[in-house]
Amino acid sequence: MSVTTLPNLPKTTIAAPSHALTAVGERKSLPWRLIFGILLYGSLIFFTVLFVAPFVWLVSNSLKDSGSAFDPTLIPQPVEWQNYVRIFQEIPLLRMAINTIFVTVLGVGSVLISSSMIAFALARLRFPGRNIVFLGVLGTMLMPGAVTMIPVYLIWKALNLTGTLTPLWLGNVFGSSFYIFMLRQFFLGIPQDIIEAARVDGASYFGIYWRLMLPLARPALIAVAIFEFQAKWNDFMGPLIYVQKGELVTLSLGLQQFVQRMGYGQFRWELLFAASVVVTLPMMILYLMAQKQFIEGIATTGSKG
Amino acid sequence: MQMAQPISESKRKNTDFTDTSLETTNPKWSPPRRFRLNAEARAGLLFASPFIIGFFIFTLFPLLTSLYLSFTRYDVLNAPRWIGLLNYQRLLADERVGKTLFNTLYFVVLSVPTAIPVALGLALLLNQRVRGRALWRTAFYLPQITPAVAVGVLWIRILSPQDGLLNQALGVVGIQGPAWTIDANWVKPALIIMRTWSVGWLVVILLAALQQVPRELYEAATVDGAGPFQRFRFITLPMISGVLFFATITMTIFSLNVFTEPMVIFPPQVFGGQMGPQDSALFYVLYLFNEGFGNFRMGYASALAWVLFVLSVVIVLIQLRISRRLVHTEVGNE
Repeated sequence: MSVTTLPNLPKTTIAAPSHALTAVGERKSLPWRLIFGILLYGSLIFFTVLFVAPFVWLVSNSLKDSGSAFDPTLIPQPVEWQNYVRIFQEIPLLRMAINTIFVTVLGVGSVLISSSMIAFALARLRFPGRNIVFLGVLGTMLMPGAVTMIPVYLIWKALNLTGTLTPLWLGNVFGSSFYIFMLRQFFLGIPQDIIEAARVDGASYFGIYWRLMLPLARPALIAVAIFEFQAKWNDFMGPLIYVQKGELVTLSLGLQQFVQRMGYGQFRWELLFAASVVVTLPMMILYLMAQKQFIEGIATTGSKG
Repeated sequence: MQMAQPISESKRKNTDFTDTSLETTNPKWSPPRRFRLNAEARAGLLFASPFIIGFFIFTLFPLLTSLYLSFTRYDVLNAPRWIGLLNYQRLLADERVGKTLFNTLYFVVLSVPTAIPVALGLALLLNQRVRGRALWRTAFYLPQITPAVAVGVLWIRILSPQDGLLNQALGVVGIQGPAWTIDANWVKPALIIMRTWSVGWLVVILLAALQQVPRELYEAATVDGAGPFQRFRFITLPMISGVLFFATITMTIFSLNVFTEPMVIFPPQVFGGQMGPQDSALFYVLYLFNEGFGNFRMGYASALAWVLFVLSVVIVLIQLRISRRLVHTEVGNE
């Protein structure tokens, strides 16, 4: 469902808040405005605390020494920056990071190109069987991964690619149904006339795709890139099935193995936390940098509806 | 789910891909020849081919293979051996399967109706005239970008009975927190709380949907005398019902497939081979994974997989049925 097809109503801008709870033009008296404001910001602060507190706790405990881990003190005394050096020595974090970056970059790149191509075809090119293909996309979206997990593993095994990083990203070359769906929604919002005009001017379909559609789709593509970056960076089940141990372990898998090695023992948790912070940090930085385009991208794909 | 189609698309009359007539409304089509796909159709098929190929290799073929495997005994080293319905019989008799179904459905039934209203509430909050919306939104999205394993690591400690953050926080308000990770009754609620903490993506999507609702509708309603709750019920909810529905289905499927977090928090060796105290954290996909990749009972695991598949389809179909009455589709869509 995309609201952008409502004919006569001007589109609201992304930044415009709705007035579901406060009416436009309804001039509340000052005490009401105050109460409302307090409730609003109070709730926001409350929930923000709820959501952010675990992170603060994570960072705080990662900087404590092993004796005082989980003391109810927020600022550690002394601040053990050494923990962050130690984890790189304890576990091969750097190599794991390289492996993860490798898988992530290849995965994001291939899924961007393939999904946008397929979405473009589904949205704007008429070809026989188009509706069936779209049904296929929908079906794949709703299918639980566990059903195909084993045969897909057997396929990779037959290709002798188990134990490598390849199965973790190569599948993206064939597109990913969520993003195909998202991008299709986006492309549907681009008027057909632009494409017609380009065709009349003699552009090839690939040219239209590459030079017209992709640049127009930048916000949506960024959203897809961030989603997939997250998915690949955080992927745990994939490496668990295909890599398991050794040189090619990724960050998520390595972290879990680190946990398993230590069991539930009470010592060295601060190292574990430090490792978790390291694993999380790149994602946070990425998100903070690309936040605006990310949100814009989601909005322009009709909120994936 | 209705799809948006811009108006010009529906005006197209000529849907021939094989242009056999001399009269077309569109002069740029290739010259008429029998059974020749025109340039657009060729391009379309070419562009869509990665998905089509991928669908056959990674979806259709595996689906059929796993169906076949579910009737065999297969340990990867030897060839599959046909054993008929034995796996399914075993499945029905396996009490651990019963436990997993109970755990998984418990989790789904409780986490979805908890997460979605929370996300909606947060999205509504963010939709008001607030300053620094980006700040709050980032805060809510933060748990989302944390790798699931790191989330697991973090929450092992948060849920710790003595010195975990959760019980410390509850202690501040005077509540004696339960032994989340040790008491079998509290394991799943703990996981549900953890899952609700990660609703960031839902908040973002719902917020985008909320902001798409045309302001004019609210203005018109106010003029007609509607109060805030009425505006919410008759304008907001219907307008975002499509997205809400999509969110519900997606969240349900995710919850049915829960894997990483329980795996990190309740490694089997800690509880004597069980997933969590008395198998309270044994979820369906975990059991499937263990049977397939741990015990190499691929045939049995495939049977488990197909049962999950059928279950998921049934659940989605039920939700689709319900949605037909609840989801608002707009005039102007096909």
